Amino acid sequence: MAGEPVIRLQGVDYSYDGPPVLEGVDLEVQDGEFLGVVGPNAGGKSTLLKLILGLLQPRRGRIEVLGRSPEAARRQLGYVAQYPSFRRDFPIDVEQTVLMGRLGTGSLYGGWRRGDREVVRRVMVETAVEPLAERQLATLSGGQLQRVMLARALACEPRILILDEPTANIDLRIETDIFDLLRRLNRRMTIIVVSHDIGFISRYVGRVACVNRTLMTHHTADIDGRVIRDLYDSEVRMVEHVHH
Amino acid sequence: MSAFLDALLQYDFLQKALLGGLLASIGCGLMGSYVVVKRIGYMAGGIAHTVLGGMGIALFLGLAPLGGALVAALVAALLIGGVRLRWRQQEDTLIGVVWAVGMAIGILFISRTPGYNVNLMSYLFGNILMVTDRSLWLMAGLDLVVLVTVALCYRLFLAVSFDEEFARLRGVPVAFFYLLLLCLVAVTVVLLIQVVGLILVIALLTLPAAIAAHYVHSLGRMMLLATLLGMLFTVAGLALSYEPDLPSGATIILVAGCSYVLSLLLRGAIAGRRPGRWRRA
Repeated sequence: MAGEPVIRLQGVDYSYDGPPVLEGVDLEVQDGEFLGVVGPNAGGKSTLLKLILGLLQPRRGRIEVLGRSPEAARRQLGYVAQYPSFRRDFPIDVEQTVLMGRLGTGSLYGGWRRGDREVVRRVMVETAVEPLAERQLATLSGGQLQRVMLARALACEPRILILDEPTANIDLRIETDIFDLLRRLNRRMTIIVVSHDIGFISRYVGRVACVNRTLMTHHTADIDGRVIRDLYDSEVRMVEHVHH
Repeated sequence: MSAFLDALLQYDFLQKALLGGLLASIGCGLMGSYVVVKRIGYMAGGIAHTVLGGMGIALFLGLAPLGGALVAALVAALLIGGVRLRWRQQEDTLIGVVWAVGMAIGILFISRTPGYNVNLMSYLFGNILMVTDRSLWLMAGLDLVVLVTVALCYRLFLAVSFDEEFARLRGVPVAFFYLLLLCLVAVTVVLLIQVVGLILVIALLTLPAAIAAHYVHSLGRMMLLATLLGMLFTVAGLALSYEPDLPSGATIILVAGCSYVLSLLLRGAIAGRRPGRWRRA
């Protein structure tokens, strides 16, 4: 796991016109790492991801991704958002949706190239959505849609894959399938995944970042799931105390 | 109906009207599909009404009203698009302001122009029977601009319509293509004003595409079907209005509106027979 950090945050503060959401956040993510991000609702997990993606600008501190600014590195990141930022009833099929991941890899104008279609075919097979290629998004189940979103992110051929609660509202069997797939993908890319279920993800990730305004990381190898849960709970209590 | 066909063979002005309707349908099918899937009907309405300001100023200065319409439509598209990009919270209020102020400017300038009464009704409600050769050439040119731009930027417009955040993450200059899309909507509005006038534009822009969306499920097919439907409605409206001498623009809109309602009922009937088919998660 030791190597060049692919993501580095130093003393990052962020607030949406109000009290700070993140304060003094330091984080280094190594190349090839599988990092879980956990914490209470509104604790700043999604905000952390959006800062790394360059969708938000920190109020203070530095963020480097792949040695560059988040905006400059963004095309090498794949992102699966917590809530789809599109309408489910948009007239588009699965293959066209996944092809969107190829935007920004070649010329902006004209049509898709053969290479784009080959990449898309490959990632659709990998995520098991190939049989759905011609289905409309509106006809997919929640689990199928989540796989399509993952396929779209993989079509970017990212060096770092970032997922925000990819398995919220999905049943456990499919959640296990998706995390097994992430484990395989981790052999070739760095993965950061936000989850509300630390007990579940600690079976997969190498390190957990607990985010609740501040950030602390723990190696899952050092401590078992029960201890992490205790740590997590104590942090929540600590922060509730701070908010008084 | 046969009287319409006889007249069509006989009268030059009717042939031109028909050609104008067909030309307008191309822009209407292409850009109407974006307006429907991106749900920017209200913005398109704002652009259409603001056009009166440009027409009024052009008339007052003795220039071609269509040129004024085109400039005003583009300015309105950039203003309204800029409003959405920067002040999203007050979007609908600000679009309403642009809409009303544009019309008010138009009315003031037209009232200061001698002999305005003749023209005002045809700008507001269209008069395809009066379409000139020059207007037809302009319409063909505007169609070409829309067609070529859509062909070049199809993927980008699809990306910006479908998922702006993802497009931004892929390095697409979202604001630029969003404004370009609105400018093409503006160009299409000017095309359609020839046929149905600026008040009824929004119906012709959205109804064919909305009907197409009932039956096809990709943006490209939606554009094709919406163009064909637009052609059908303009030709049918023109034919129906000819003998009883009804206003052609209003007749075209009624044909389109009735077709939309019929299509909704038809779809409801199909869905009723196959429960669950149209249910959406």
